Amino acid sequence: MLYSILCYESEALAAGRTKQEDDAMMGRLANVLVKFKGEGKLGPVARLMPTTTATHIRSGKEAAIIDGPFAETKEQLLGFYVLDCPSLEDAIAAAKLLAAEKSHGTLEIRPVAVFNPVEPSL
Amino acid sequence: MTDMAWIDAALTAARPQVLGALLRYFRVLDTAEDAYQEACLRALKTWPVKGPPRDPAAWLIFVGRNFALDEARRRNKQTGLPDEDDMAPEPQDTQAELADRLDESQYRDDILRLLFVCCHPELPATQQIALALRIVSGLTVKEIARAFLVGESAMEQRITRAKARITAADVPFETPGAPERAERLAAVSTMIYLLFNEGYSATGGNAHVRVPLCEEAIRLSRLLLRLFPGNSEIMGLLALLLLQHARAGARLDTENNIILLEDQDRSRWDSGLIAEGLALVEKAIRHRRVGPYQIQAAIAAVHSQVKNAAETDWAEIDRLYEVLEAIQPSPVVTLNRAVAVSKLRGPGDALAMIEPLAKKLEGYFYLFGVKGTLLIQLGRNEEARTAFNRAIALANTAAEAAHIRLHLDRLQKDSAPKAGHA
Repeated sequence: MLYSILCYESEALAAGRTKQEDDAMMGRLANVLVKFKGEGKLGPVARLMPTTTATHIRSGKEAAIIDGPFAETKEQLLGFYVLDCPSLEDAIAAAKLLAAEKSHGTLEIRPVAVFNPVEPSL
Repeated sequence: MTDMAWIDAALTAARPQVLGALLRYFRVLDTAEDAYQEACLRALKTWPVKGPPRDPAAWLIFVGRNFALDEARRRNKQTGLPDEDDMAPEPQDTQAELADRLDESQYRDDILRLLFVCCHPELPATQQIALALRIVSGLTVKEIARAFLVGESAMEQRITRAKARITAADVPFETPGAPERAERLAAVSTMIYLLFNEGYSATGGNAHVRVPLCEEAIRLSRLLLRLFPGNSEIMGLLALLLLQHARAGARLDTENNIILLEDQDRSRWDSGLIAEGLALVEKAIRHRRVGPYQIQAAIAAVHSQVKNAAETDWAEIDRLYEVLEAIQPSPVVTLNRAVAVSKLRGPGDALAMIEPLAKKLEGYFYLFGVKGTLLIQLGRNEEARTAFNRAIALANTAAEAAHIRLHLDRLQKDSAPKAGHA
Protein backbone atom coordinates (compact mmCIF):
# COMPACT_ATOMS: atom_id res chain seq x y z
CA MET A 1 0.00 0.00 0.00
CA LEU A 2 1.21 3.52 -0.78
CA TYR A 3 0.94 5.96 2.10
CA SER A 4 1.39 9.69 1.83
CA ILE A 5 2.82 11.48 4.82
CA LEU A 6 1.65 15.09 4.72
CA CYS A 7 3.58 17.73 6.67
CA TYR A 8 1.54 20.49 8.25
CA GLU A 9 3.15 23.33 10.08
CA SER A 10 2.45 26.93 10.98
CA GLU A 11 4.00 28.94 8.20
CA ALA A 12 4.78 31.80 10.58
CA LEU A 13 6.80 29.39 12.71
CA ALA A 14 8.55 27.90 9.69
CA ALA A 15 9.46 31.39 8.48
CA GLY A 16 10.96 32.09 11.90
CA ARG A 17 13.66 29.45 11.39
CA THR A 18 17.03 30.78 10.32
CA LYS A 19 18.58 29.37 7.15
CA GLN A 20 21.10 27.42 9.23
CA GLU A 21 18.35 25.87 11.36
CA ASP A 22 16.34 25.02 8.28
CA ASP A 23 19.32 23.52 6.44
CA ALA A 24 20.20 21.45 9.52
CA MET A 25 16.64 20.10 9.76
CA MET A 26 16.43 19.26 6.06
CA GLY A 27 19.77 17.48 6.40
CA ARG A 28 18.48 15.31 9.23
CA LEU A 29 15.32 14.51 7.27
CA ALA A 30 17.44 13.56 4.25
CA ASN A 31 19.21 10.98 6.41
CA VAL A 32 15.87 9.36 7.21
CA LEU A 33 15.03 9.29 3.51
CA VAL A 34 18.31 7.51 2.80
CA LYS A 35 17.18 4.80 5.20
CA PHE A 36 13.77 4.53 3.48
CA LYS A 37 15.44 4.28 0.10
CA GLY A 38 17.66 1.49 1.40
CA GLU A 39 14.49 -0.37 2.41
CA GLY A 40 13.04 0.15 -1.06
CA LYS A 41 9.96 2.06 0.14
CA LEU A 42 10.75 5.65 -0.89
CA GLY A 43 8.42 7.28 -3.42
CA PRO A 44 8.22 10.93 -4.59
CA VAL A 45 8.94 13.64 -2.03
CA ALA A 46 7.87 17.25 -2.45
CA ARG A 47 8.58 20.41 -0.54
CA LEU A 48 5.96 22.99 -1.38
CA MET A 49 6.76 26.67 -1.73
CA PRO A 50 5.11 29.01 0.81
CA THR A 51 1.36 29.49 0.50
CA THR A 52 2.03 33.09 -0.60
CA THR A 53 2.98 31.60 -3.97
CA ALA A 54 -0.29 29.65 -4.18
CA THR A 55 -3.18 30.31 -6.54
CA HIS A 56 -6.58 28.72 -5.95
CA ILE A 57 -9.13 27.90 -8.57
CA ARG A 58 -12.58 27.38 -7.15
CA SER A 59 -14.97 25.45 -9.33
CA GLY A 60 -18.35 26.94 -10.02
CA LYS A 61 -20.34 28.47 -12.81
CA GLU A 62 -17.30 30.54 -13.54
CA ALA A 63 -14.05 29.32 -12.02
CA ALA A 64 -12.84 31.84 -9.40
CA ILE A 65 -9.12 32.47 -9.04
CA ILE A 66 -7.95 33.31 -5.53
CA ASP A 67 -4.49 34.22 -4.26
CA GLY A 68 -2.77 33.01 -1.16
CA PRO A 69 -3.62 30.29 1.32
CA PHE A 70 -6.96 28.58 0.91
CA ALA A 71 -8.12 29.64 4.35
CA GLU A 72 -6.63 31.32 7.36
CA THR A 73 -5.69 28.13 9.17
CA LYS A 74 -3.07 27.74 11.84
CA GLU A 75 -1.09 25.11 9.98
CA GLN A 76 -0.49 24.78 6.27
CA LEU A 77 0.53 21.89 4.05
CA LEU A 78 4.24 22.45 3.47
CA GLY A 79 5.22 19.21 1.77
CA PHE A 80 4.68 15.47 1.52
CA TYR A 81 6.35 12.09 1.18
CA VAL A 82 5.03 9.00 -0.54
CA LEU A 83 6.14 5.69 0.98
CA ASP A 84 5.37 2.09 0.09
CA CYS A 85 4.61 0.38 3.40
CA PRO A 86 3.15 -3.07 4.09
CA SER A 87 0.85 -1.77 6.84
CA LEU A 88 -0.41 1.34 8.61
CA GLU A 89 1.72 0.30 11.59
CA ASP A 90 4.75 0.43 9.36
CA ALA A 91 3.75 3.82 7.93
CA ILE A 92 3.27 5.19 11.44
CA ALA A 93 6.73 3.94 12.41
CA ALA A 94 8.19 5.67 9.34
CA ALA A 95 6.37 8.92 10.09
CA LYS A 96 7.67 8.81 13.67
CA LEU A 97 11.23 8.71 12.34
CA LEU A 98 10.51 11.87 10.34
CA ALA A 99 8.72 13.54 13.23
CA ALA A 100 11.73 12.97 15.47
CA GLU A 101 13.82 15.21 13.22
CA LYS A 102 11.34 18.11 13.20
CA SER A 103 10.91 20.57 16.03
CA HIS A 104 7.20 21.15 15.44
CA GLY A 105 4.29 20.66 13.12
CA THR A 106 1.98 17.74 12.43
CA LEU A 107 2.33 14.78 10.10
CA GLU A 108 -0.81 13.28 8.61
CA ILE A 109 -0.76 9.79 7.14
CA ARG A 110 -3.17 9.31 4.25
CA PRO A 111 -3.28 6.11 2.21
CA VAL A 112 -2.89 6.90 -1.49
CA ALA A 113 -5.65 5.86 -3.86
CA VAL A 114 -3.78 5.81 -7.14
CA PHE A 115 -5.32 7.75 -9.99
CA ASN A 116 -3.00 7.46 -12.95
CA PRO A 117 -5.11 7.41 -16.11
CA VAL A 118 -2.14 8.90 -17.90
CA GLU A 119 1.44 7.76 -17.56
CA PRO A 120 3.25 10.56 -15.68
CA SER A 121 6.14 12.12 -17.56
CA LEU A 122 8.16 13.15 -14.49
CA MET B 1 7.22 18.13 22.76
CA THR B 2 7.80 21.59 24.25
CA ASP B 3 11.49 22.06 23.85
CA MET B 4 13.09 25.45 24.26
CA ALA B 5 13.73 25.78 20.52
CA TRP B 6 10.01 25.43 19.88
CA ILE B 7 9.12 28.02 22.53
CA ASP B 8 11.72 30.37 21.15
CA ALA B 9 10.37 30.02 17.61
CA ALA B 10 6.77 30.39 18.81
CA LEU B 11 7.55 33.58 20.77
CA THR B 12 9.40 35.09 17.81
CA ALA B 13 6.65 34.17 15.37
CA ALA B 14 3.90 35.53 17.63
CA ARG B 15 5.70 38.77 18.44
CA PRO B 16 4.25 41.11 15.75
CA GLN B 17 0.70 39.90 16.31
CA VAL B 18 0.89 40.06 20.11
CA LEU B 19 2.60 43.45 20.25
CA GLY B 20 0.21 44.78 17.62
CA ALA B 21 -2.83 43.71 19.66
CA LEU B 22 -1.37 45.03 22.93
CA LEU B 23 -0.60 48.33 21.24
CA ARG B 24 -4.22 48.55 20.13
CA TYR B 25 -5.39 48.00 23.73
CA PHE B 26 -2.94 50.30 25.51
CA ARG B 27 -1.90 52.71 22.76
CA VAL B 28 1.51 53.25 24.31
CA LEU B 29 4.46 51.39 22.83
CA ASP B 30 6.33 51.02 26.12
CA THR B 31 3.27 49.61 27.91
CA ALA B 32 2.74 47.12 25.08
CA GLU B 33 6.39 46.08 25.13
CA ASP B 34 6.42 45.60 28.92
CA ALA B 35 3.25 43.52 28.72
CA TYR B 36 4.72 41.38 25.94
CA GLN B 37 7.95 40.86 27.90
CA GLU B 38 6.02 39.74 30.96
CA ALA B 39 3.85 37.40 28.90
CA CYS B 40 6.98 35.83 27.40
CA LEU B 41 8.52 35.32 30.83
CA ARG B 42 5.36 33.60 32.00
CA ALA B 43 5.30 31.48 28.84
CA LEU B 44 8.85 30.33 29.52
CA LYS B 45 7.77 29.25 33.01
CA THR B 46 4.40 27.76 32.14
CA TRP B 47 4.72 26.12 28.72
CA PRO B 48 7.47 23.62 29.57
CA VAL B 49 5.33 22.35 32.47
CA LYS B 50 1.79 22.51 31.10
CA GLY B 51 2.57 22.04 27.44
CA PRO B 52 2.16 24.62 24.68
CA PRO B 53 -1.17 26.41 24.35
CA ARG B 54 -3.40 25.76 21.35
CA ASP B 55 -2.80 29.27 20.10
CA PRO B 56 0.44 30.80 21.44
CA ALA B 57 -0.37 34.32 20.18
CA ALA B 58 -3.81 34.39 21.85
CA TRP B 59 -2.27 33.08 25.08
CA LEU B 60 0.38 35.80 25.07
CA ILE B 61 -2.12 38.56 24.28
CA PHE B 62 -4.42 37.39 27.06
CA VAL B 63 -1.67 37.12 29.67
CA GLY B 64 0.04 40.35 28.57
CA ARG B 65 -3.19 42.30 28.63
CA ASN B 66 -4.12 41.10 32.12
CA PHE B 67 -0.65 41.97 33.36
CA ALA B 68 -0.84 45.52 32.00
CA LEU B 69 -4.34 46.03 33.42
CA ASP B 70 -3.19 44.81 36.85
CA GLU B 71 -0.24 47.16 36.68
CA ALA B 72 -2.49 50.09 35.82
CA ARG B 73 -4.87 49.23 38.64
CA ARG B 74 -2.02 48.97 41.09
CA ARG B 75 -0.73 52.36 40.04
CA ASN B 76 -4.17 53.91 40.29
CA LYS B 77 -4.62 52.60 43.83
CA GLN B 78 -1.28 54.11 44.80
CA THR B 79 -2.09 57.48 43.34
CA GLY B 80 -5.73 57.34 44.35
CA LEU B 81 -6.97 58.14 40.90
CA PRO B 82 -9.51 55.52 39.86
CA ASP B 83 -9.87 56.14 36.14
CA GLU B 84 -10.46 52.59 35.02
CA ASP B 85 -13.15 53.76 32.67
CA ASP B 86 -10.48 55.24 30.47
CA MET B 87 -8.64 51.96 30.33
CA ALA B 88 -9.24 49.10 27.96
CA PRO B 89 -12.29 46.95 28.79
CA GLU B 90 -12.29 44.42 31.62
CA PRO B 91 -10.56 41.17 30.76
CA GLN B 92 -13.68 39.11 31.34
CA ASP B 93 -13.39 37.07 28.18
CA THR B 94 -11.62 33.76 28.30
CA GLN B 95 -8.64 32.92 26.21
CA ALA B 96 -10.74 30.86 23.80
CA GLU B 97 -13.19 33.70 23.22
CA LEU B 98 -10.32 36.06 22.65
CA ALA B 99 -8.79 33.72 20.11
CA ASP B 100 -12.07 33.51 18.26
CA ARG B 101 -12.39 37.26 18.11
CA LEU B 102 -8.86 37.67 16.77
CA ASP B 103 -10.12 37.27 13.28
CA GLU B 104 -7.82 37.68 10.35
CA SER B 105 -8.69 41.25 9.44
CA GLN B 106 -8.19 42.57 12.95
CA TYR B 107 -4.75 41.15 13.56
CA ARG B 108 -3.82 42.13 10.04
CA ASP B 109 -4.48 45.77 10.85
CA ASP B 110 -2.78 45.36 14.23
CA ILE B 111 0.45 44.18 12.64
CA LEU B 112 0.27 46.75 9.88
CA ARG B 113 -0.24 49.49 12.47
CA LEU B 114 2.72 48.24 14.47
CA LEU B 115 4.90 48.30 11.36
CA PHE B 116 3.53 51.66 10.31
CA VAL B 117 4.21 53.20 13.72
CA CYS B 118 7.88 52.33 13.15
CA CYS B 119 8.07 54.08 9.80
CA HIS B 120 6.34 57.26 10.76
CA PRO B 121 7.18 59.95 8.17
CA GLU B 122 8.68 62.17 10.87
CA LEU B 123 11.45 59.63 11.48
CA PRO B 124 14.56 59.54 9.28
CA ALA B 125 15.01 56.25 7.43
CA THR B 126 17.78 54.96 9.69
CA GLN B 127 15.58 55.44 12.75
CA GLN B 128 12.64 53.76 11.05
CA ILE B 129 14.75 50.70 10.33
CA ALA B 130 16.28 50.58 13.80
CA LEU B 131 12.85 50.86 15.38
CA ALA B 132 11.33 48.16 13.19
CA LEU B 133 14.20 45.80 13.96
CA ARG B 134 13.79 46.44 17.67
CA ILE B 135 10.01 46.40 17.93
CA VAL B 136 8.74 44.14 15.16
CA SER B 137 11.68 41.77 14.70
CA GLY B 138 12.66 41.81 18.35
CA LEU B 139 16.41 42.10 17.75
CA THR B 140 18.33 43.30 20.79
CA VAL B 141 19.77 46.81 20.85
CA LYS B 142 23.21 45.19 20.80
CA GLU B 143 22.40 43.24 17.61
CA ILE B 144 21.04 46.35 15.90
CA ALA B 145 24.03 48.44 17.02
CA ARG B 146 26.35 45.82 15.53
CA ALA B 147 24.41 45.82 12.25
CA PHE B 148 24.69 49.61 12.00
CA LEU B 149 28.27 49.72 13.30
CA VAL B 150 27.50 52.13 16.10
CA GLY B 151 27.97 51.79 19.84
CA GLU B 152 25.27 50.16 21.90
CA SER B 153 24.51 53.27 23.95
CA ALA B 154 24.29 55.41 20.80
CA MET B 155 21.77 52.95 19.33
CA GLU B 156 19.84 52.82 22.60
CA GLN B 157 19.57 56.61 22.46
CA ARG B 158 18.55 56.59 18.82
CA ILE B 159 15.73 54.14 19.54
CA THR B 160 14.57 56.00 22.65
CA ARG B 161 14.47 59.23 20.71
CA ALA B 162 12.55 57.61 17.86
CA LYS B 163 10.00 56.21 20.31
CA ALA B 164 9.52 59.62 21.92
CA ARG B 165 8.88 61.14 18.53
CA ILE B 166 6.23 58.65 17.51
CA THR B 167 4.53 58.95 20.91
CA ALA B 168 4.29 62.69 20.30
CA ALA B 169 3.01 62.16 16.76
CA ASP B 170 -0.38 60.43 17.28
CA VAL B 171 -1.07 57.46 15.05
CA PRO B 172 -4.81 56.83 14.71
CA PHE B 173 -6.01 53.60 16.29
CA GLU B 174 -9.34 53.18 14.54
CA THR B 175 -9.53 50.45 11.95
CA PRO B 176 -8.05 52.10 8.88
CA GLY B 177 -10.09 52.71 5.75
CA ALA B 178 -8.89 51.49 2.38
CA PRO B 179 -6.89 54.66 1.51
CA GLU B 180 -5.16 54.73 4.91
CA ARG B 181 -4.38 51.04 4.62
CA ALA B 182 -2.83 51.53 1.19
CA GLU B 183 -0.81 54.47 2.50
CA ARG B 184 0.46 52.41 5.44
CA LEU B 185 1.35 49.51 3.19
CA ALA B 186 3.37 51.80 0.93
CA ALA B 187 5.30 53.31 3.85
CA VAL B 188 5.99 49.89 5.36
CA SER B 189 7.09 48.47 1.99
CA THR B 190 9.55 51.33 1.56
CA MET B 191 10.99 50.72 5.02
CA ILE B 192 11.46 47.01 4.27
CA TYR B 193 13.08 47.88 0.92
CA LEU B 194 15.49 50.28 2.66
CA LEU B 195 16.29 47.68 5.31
CA PHE B 196 17.16 45.20 2.56
CA ASN B 197 19.29 47.77 0.73
CA GLU B 198 21.20 48.48 3.91
CA GLY B 199 22.08 44.79 4.05
CA TYR B 200 22.57 44.34 0.29
CA SER B 201 25.18 47.07 -0.07
CA ALA B 202 26.10 48.51 3.26
CA THR B 203 26.59 52.24 3.55
CA GLY B 204 29.61 51.89 5.77
CA GLY B 205 31.98 49.57 7.54
CA ASN B 206 33.95 46.54 6.52
CA ALA B 207 31.24 44.09 5.61
CA HIS B 208 29.89 44.92 2.16
CA VAL B 209 26.95 42.56 2.49
CA ARG B 210 25.13 42.12 5.80
CA VAL B 211 23.16 38.95 5.39
CA PRO B 212 21.14 39.20 8.64
CA LEU B 213 19.62 42.51 7.56
CA CYS B 214 18.66 41.02 4.19
CA GLU B 215 17.13 37.98 5.86
CA GLU B 216 15.18 40.15 8.28
CA ALA B 217 13.82 42.24 5.39
CA ILE B 218 12.73 39.04 3.65
CA ARG B 219 11.08 37.80 6.83
CA LEU B 220 9.13 41.06 7.19
CA SER B 221 8.01 41.06 3.57
CA ARG B 222 6.87 37.45 3.94
CA LEU B 223 4.86 38.56 6.96
CA LEU B 224 3.34 41.40 4.97
CA LEU B 225 2.42 39.15 2.04
CA ARG B 226 0.81 36.60 4.36
CA LEU B 227 -1.40 39.45 5.60
CA PHE B 228 -2.17 40.75 2.10
CA PRO B 229 -1.86 37.68 -0.12
CA GLY B 230 -3.56 39.29 -3.12
CA ASN B 231 -1.43 42.45 -3.26
CA SER B 232 0.70 42.27 -6.38
CA GLU B 233 3.17 44.97 -5.31
CA ILE B 234 4.00 43.10 -2.10
CA MET B 235 4.44 39.95 -4.21
CA GLY B 236 6.81 42.05 -6.31
CA LEU B 237 8.67 43.32 -3.25
CA LEU B 238 9.19 39.83 -1.81
CA ALA B 239 10.16 38.47 -5.23
CA LEU B 240 12.69 41.27 -5.71
CA LEU B 241 14.31 40.63 -2.33
CA LEU B 242 14.42 36.86 -2.88
CA LEU B 243 15.95 37.18 -6.35
CA GLN B 244 18.58 39.68 -5.18
CA HIS B 245 19.40 37.75 -2.03
CA ALA B 246 19.77 34.53 -4.04
CA ARG B 247 23.04 35.95 -5.36
CA ALA B 248 24.48 36.75 -1.92
CA GLY B 249 26.80 33.73 -1.91
CA ALA B 250 28.34 34.70 -5.26
CA ARG B 251 28.75 38.45 -4.85
CA LEU B 252 32.01 38.44 -2.88
CA ASP B 253 35.11 36.30 -3.20
CA THR B 254 36.94 34.72 -0.27
CA GLU B 255 38.84 37.97 0.31
CA ASN B 256 35.60 39.97 0.35
CA ASN B 257 36.25 41.51 -3.06
CA ILE B 258 33.19 42.44 -5.08
CA ILE B 259 32.38 40.12 -7.99
CA LEU B 260 30.25 41.84 -10.63
CA LEU B 261 27.05 40.22 -11.86
CA GLU B 262 28.59 39.24 -15.21
CA ASP B 263 31.55 37.52 -13.51
CA GLN B 264 29.62 35.66 -10.81
CA ASP B 265 29.65 31.88 -10.58
CA ARG B 266 25.96 31.36 -11.23
CA SER B 267 26.01 27.83 -9.85
CA ARG B 268 26.43 29.50 -6.47
CA TRP B 269 23.15 31.37 -6.75
CA ASP B 270 20.47 29.96 -4.45
CA SER B 271 18.14 28.12 -6.82
CA GLY B 272 15.43 27.70 -4.18
CA LEU B 273 15.12 31.43 -3.59
CA ILE B 274 15.17 32.07 -7.34
CA ALA B 275 12.38 29.54 -7.98
CA GLU B 276 10.18 31.14 -5.33
CA GLY B 277 10.97 34.64 -6.62
CA LEU B 278 10.10 33.67 -10.19
CA ALA B 279 6.84 32.06 -9.07
CA LEU B 280 5.86 35.27 -7.30
CA VAL B 281 6.76 37.49 -10.28
CA GLU B 282 4.64 35.32 -12.55
CA LYS B 283 1.75 35.41 -10.14
CA ALA B 284 2.00 39.18 -9.64
CA ILE B 285 2.02 39.93 -13.36
CA ARG B 286 -1.30 38.08 -13.77
CA HIS B 287 -2.91 40.86 -11.73
CA ARG B 288 -2.08 43.45 -14.40
CA ARG B 289 -1.49 46.17 -11.84
CA VAL B 290 2.04 47.22 -12.63
CA GLY B 291 4.15 48.81 -9.89
CA PRO B 292 7.79 49.65 -9.27
CA TYR B 293 8.57 46.59 -7.14
CA GLN B 294 7.10 44.23 -9.70
CA ILE B 295 9.18 45.78 -12.47
CA GLN B 296 12.36 45.67 -10.45
CA ALA B 297 11.58 42.05 -9.64
CA ALA B 298 10.98 41.35 -13.32
CA ILE B 299 14.41 42.83 -14.13
CA ALA B 300 16.03 40.67 -11.45
CA ALA B 301 14.12 37.71 -12.89
CA VAL B 302 15.65 38.24 -16.35
CA HIS B 303 19.13 37.95 -14.82
CA SER B 304 18.15 34.95 -12.68
CA GLN B 305 17.01 32.90 -15.62
CA VAL B 306 20.17 32.88 -17.73
CA LYS B 307 22.97 30.45 -17.06
CA ASN B 308 25.75 32.76 -18.25
CA ALA B 309 26.00 36.52 -18.52
CA ALA B 310 26.49 36.54 -22.31
CA GLU B 311 22.93 35.24 -22.83
CA THR B 312 21.34 38.11 -20.87
CA ASP B 313 18.31 39.57 -22.64
CA TRP B 314 19.41 43.22 -22.43
CA ALA B 315 16.61 44.34 -24.75
CA GLU B 316 14.04 43.04 -22.28
CA ILE B 317 15.89 44.70 -19.39
CA ASP B 318 15.99 47.99 -21.30
CA ARG B 319 12.23 47.73 -21.95
CA LEU B 320 11.53 47.09 -18.27
CA TYR B 321 13.67 50.04 -17.19
CA GLU B 322 11.81 52.18 -19.67
CA VAL B 323 8.52 51.30 -17.96
CA LEU B 324 10.09 51.90 -14.55
CA GLU B 325 11.35 55.32 -15.69
CA ALA B 326 7.83 56.17 -16.81
CA ILE B 327 6.06 55.23 -13.58
CA GLN B 328 8.82 56.18 -11.14
CA PRO B 329 11.23 58.64 -12.77
CA SER B 330 14.55 58.80 -10.95
CA PRO B 331 18.15 59.49 -11.98
CA VAL B 332 19.19 56.19 -10.37
CA VAL B 333 16.76 54.30 -12.61
CA THR B 334 18.15 56.11 -15.67
CA LEU B 335 21.69 55.25 -14.57
CA ASN B 336 20.77 51.58 -14.35
CA ARG B 337 19.05 51.73 -17.72
CA ALA B 338 22.23 53.18 -19.17
CA VAL B 339 24.03 49.94 -18.30
CA ALA B 340 21.48 48.00 -20.35
CA VAL B 341 21.79 50.53 -23.18
CA SER B 342 25.58 50.17 -23.20
CA LYS B 343 25.16 46.43 -23.81
CA LEU B 344 22.55 47.01 -26.53
CA ARG B 345 23.75 50.07 -28.38
CA GLY B 346 27.26 50.63 -27.09
CA PRO B 347 29.03 52.81 -24.52
CA GLY B 348 28.61 56.06 -26.50
CA ASP B 349 24.80 56.04 -26.27
CA ALA B 350 24.97 55.07 -22.62
CA LEU B 351 27.37 57.87 -21.79
CA ALA B 352 25.11 60.39 -23.52
CA MET B 353 22.26 59.11 -21.35
CA ILE B 354 24.07 59.65 -18.06
CA GLU B 355 25.68 63.03 -18.86
CA PRO B 356 22.51 64.93 -17.81
CA LEU B 357 22.54 63.07 -14.46
CA ALA B 358 25.87 64.57 -13.38
CA LYS B 359 24.33 67.27 -11.26
CA LYS B 360 21.66 65.18 -9.54
CA LEU B 361 24.01 62.32 -8.74
CA GLU B 362 27.19 64.27 -8.06
CA GLY B 363 27.65 62.46 -4.73
CA TYR B 364 26.65 59.00 -5.99
CA PHE B 365 29.38 56.35 -6.06
CA TYR B 366 27.76 54.23 -8.76
CA LEU B 367 27.47 57.10 -11.25
CA PHE B 368 31.25 57.45 -11.38
CA GLY B 369 31.81 53.70 -11.38
CA VAL B 370 29.54 53.30 -14.43
CA LYS B 371 30.93 56.41 -16.11
CA GLY B 372 34.53 55.22 -15.69
CA THR B 373 33.68 51.82 -17.13
CA LEU B 374 31.97 53.37 -20.18
CA LEU B 375 34.89 55.74 -20.76
CA ILE B 376 37.37 52.83 -20.72
CA GLN B 377 35.24 51.07 -23.32
CA LEU B 378 35.48 54.21 -25.44
CA GLY B 379 39.25 54.33 -24.95
CA ARG B 380 39.06 57.62 -23.09
CA ASN B 381 41.38 56.42 -20.35
CA GLU B 382 42.37 59.77 -18.89
CA GLU B 383 38.73 60.75 -18.31
CA ALA B 384 38.06 57.25 -16.96
CA ARG B 385 40.80 57.74 -14.42
CA THR B 386 39.21 60.99 -13.23
CA ALA B 387 35.82 59.27 -12.88
CA PHE B 388 37.28 56.34 -10.95
CA ASN B 389 39.20 58.65 -8.61
CA ARG B 390 35.94 60.41 -7.86
CA ALA B 391 34.27 57.02 -7.27
CA ILE B 392 36.94 55.97 -4.77
CA ALA B 393 36.37 59.17 -2.83
CA LEU B 394 32.63 58.34 -2.67
CA ALA B 395 32.96 54.60 -1.93
CA ASN B 396 30.75 53.44 0.94
CA THR B 397 32.73 50.36 1.91
CA ALA B 398 36.28 49.08 1.66
CA ALA B 399 35.09 46.49 -0.88
CA GLU B 400 33.72 49.20 -3.19
CA ALA B 401 36.96 51.18 -2.99
CA ALA B 402 39.04 48.06 -3.64
CA HIS B 403 36.93 47.24 -6.67
CA ILE B 404 37.50 50.66 -8.23
CA ARG B 405 41.21 50.48 -7.41
CA LEU B 406 41.30 47.33 -9.53
CA HIS B 407 40.09 49.35 -12.53
CA LEU B 408 42.69 52.02 -11.87
CA ASP B 409 45.47 49.43 -11.62
CA ARG B 410 44.37 47.93 -14.92
CA LEU B 411 44.40 51.40 -16.52
CA GLN B 412 47.91 51.88 -15.17
CA LYS B 413 49.06 48.56 -16.64
CA ASP B 414 47.38 49.26 -19.99
CA SER B 415 48.99 52.65 -20.31
CA ALA B 416 52.52 51.54 -19.34
CA PRO B 417 53.33 49.26 -22.34
CA LYS B 418 51.58 51.67 -24.70
CA ALA B 419 53.94 54.40 -23.53
CA GLY B 420 56.82 52.02 -24.21
CA HIS B 421 55.67 51.39 -27.79
CA ALA B 422 55.33 55.05 -28.59
